[in-house]
Amino acid sequence: MNRKQAATFLGKAYLWVLLLMLYSPILIIMVFSFTEAKVLGNWTGFSTKLYASLFSGDMHRSLTNAIWNSLVIALGAATVSTGLGSLAAIGLFNMRPRARQTVRFINTIPILNPDIITGVSLFLLFVSLGISQGYTTVVLAHITFCTPYVVLSVLPRLRQMNPNLYEAALDLGATPFQALRKVIIPEIRPGVISGFILAFTLSVDDFAVTVFTIGNEGIETLSTYIYADARKGGLTPELRPLSTIIFATVLLLLIIVNIRSARTGKKRQDG
Amino acid sequence: MRKSEYIIRVKNVSKVYGDKTVLNQVSLDVRKGEFVTILGPSGCGKTTLLRLIAGFQPATSGEISIAGNNVTQTPPHRRPVNTVFQRYALFPHLNVYNNIAFGLKLKKLSSVVIAGKVKQALRMVGMTGYEYRDVDSLSGGQQQRVAIARAIVNEPEVLLLDEPLAALDLKMRKDMQMELREMHKSLGITFVYVTHDQEEALTLSDRIIVMSEGRIQQEGTPIDIYNEPSNAFVADFIGESNILDGIMLRDRLVSFAGYEFECVDEGFGENAPVDVVIRPEDLYIFEPSEATQFTGIVSSCIFKGVHYEMMVQTPGGYEFMVQNYHPFETGREAGLLVKPADIHVMRKERVCNTFEARSVDETHVEFLGTVFEVRPLDDIRNRKSFRVEIDFDKIILHDNEEDGQLTGEVCFILYKGNHYHLTVSTDSDEDIFADTSDVWDNGDRVGITIPPAAIRVKPLTCGANE
Repeated sequence: MNRKQAATFLGKAYLWVLLLMLYSPILIIMVFSFTEAKVLGNWTGFSTKLYASLFSGDMHRSLTNAIWNSLVIALGAATVSTGLGSLAAIGLFNMRPRARQTVRFINTIPILNPDIITGVSLFLLFVSLGISQGYTTVVLAHITFCTPYVVLSVLPRLRQMNPNLYEAALDLGATPFQALRKVIIPEIRPGVISGFILAFTLSVDDFAVTVFTIGNEGIETLSTYIYADARKGGLTPELRPLSTIIFATVLLLLIIVNIRSARTGKKRQDG
Repeated sequence: MRKSEYIIRVKNVSKVYGDKTVLNQVSLDVRKGEFVTILGPSGCGKTTLLRLIAGFQPATSGEISIAGNNVTQTPPHRRPVNTVFQRYALFPHLNVYNNIAFGLKLKKLSSVVIAGKVKQALRMVGMTGYEYRDVDSLSGGQQQRVAIARAIVNEPEVLLLDEPLAALDLKMRKDMQMELREMHKSLGITFVYVTHDQEEALTLSDRIIVMSEGRIQQEGTPIDIYNEPSNAFVADFIGESNILDGIMLRDRLVSFAGYEFECVDEGFGENAPVDVVIRPEDLYIFEPSEATQFTGIVSSCIFKGVHYEMMVQTPGGYEFMVQNYHPFETGREAGLLVKPADIHVMRKERVCNTFEARSVDETHVEFLGTVFEVRPLDDIRNRKSFRVEIDFDKIILHDNEEDGQLTGEVCFILYKGNHYHLTVSTDSDEDIFADTSDVWDNGDRVGITIPPAAIRVKPLTCGANE
């Protein structure tokens, strides 16, 4: 009895220590975003001044620009890759088994490929094609690595779908395009939305690919800005509240995605 | 018969997937207003045939016309047919009303007209008041009713039904059968119904098409199919039957199970090998007396509700199934009698295995993609190709696939009273027929051996007199 209790206690303690180790860096940032001290580690009492100055005009113009750039790029890349990825998934799903397996494999290569390789190869591609680097190239690069994730997010929905649904729509007089619009897309919508959220967070998050494709015309995304800022000597204190906000947002999005997939999974079991 | 009476005409249609022929030269005509059932075991090509008529798959060859128009190349949304699917295929993101209205909305009818038609369709299937229910909240039977309503609301020329009741429980299935029958009468449209359930087919249909291995085996009214099966497959598939090997000695006299019987069949010639079918309810069983044609020992007797089903073993080693209202104790001797008109005689499709072969050397030939040893070839040594024959009972089957010269899968089993007649589909997709007294199951993987002495080498039929 006592031994059993001790074992459970040890197991739980191990888990909590592990979680603490994993999350302590972000926790430290979050805690110290609520104080005014310029140097990380000094606690000068609770304050929300850093949050205020992040949103007031005092902040460096370049940081707000960088946030804005990140959001625009993520929105653009997520929108396009969701469209491409969803269509690709539908096409992939209707292929013959052998072709499907091949294309699925090809689809996973960009996911497993190290970001740095993707970044360098895209950089070389843009240079060799003579495309001047800037907004367009970053968005194109982000579309490249986001699309495979959208495909993977939509495919399970297609697999769950009753295979006769498309045929039933045709049978009732729908053209193939109408069947796609009125039956297939509503059916896979949850997967499409999850794919969009995933693509968006991946894009905001990315550093390696961005840094190689953004060019040197002065455009910065959040990640390249923070990197440059840190190299200049110490992090701007306002980055602490910013990191906290980003972390909270991503956490929220992840929770939404998880709840959605849990709900559709449950619905499938009930049906 | 006027041409316009036929609503569906299927002419020499084949469907091939890779190297597998699913439909082999199928022809079928369906009259306007008819209730036709395509019946067969799973994998016989019945659903494929329905899908070709609906247009979900293209035919490899042949022609399909609906209502006088050639639709072989027409996509499904332009064919005047609607389908009820086995797993309902209702649109989960739409409620009952919008599911049924789906086809009507595509036709751009006014919402008032649509509302009227949907209401009428729901009344037809007994689902009035369910308009705004989520389809996932309905039971299987209710979902199938909505699926039927969704199809008939479009007033198609033909309603195609692909095993629509297969997913329902027995009670619900019986109720729905009656309702479908009523619906067919009141709507007056043509129904083409696919099922593997012979009882369902007999109950519902005006006409039954029995299919097996991509071919139509027989077509006719339920009564014709039951009483006059055209081959052993149909006899075995529809209802219970005793099927035995027999020999037609001369007109009106047939021998089977070691006895000679008077029958009513003629025109088979003398001493022709035949299959004999006797329905278990046509065998009379009583105390041995002068009327007895042959006797047997009752080996089992099971109460089946209305009648008793008994297995009777004859002294010659044949087993007969007998149905009677009166039971006989097991172990007792009983007399049996069958009326001449109840003995159904069918010409055998084949009397031995026949394959085209090619010589390899003096003691080896190749057929079924395998080289077999044979007794030394002499006079036909110079010929490249010829025919080999192997008797059914000479084929040896092994549990272990590795023990055989080639491997295959048991795909059809026919009990012949004292042995089993198996159809084994080899991996090169050809059929070998084997007689055995061992018990095998459908789908068993087996090794196949053909001993050298069993292989008879014959010249190809056309060059027989060389």
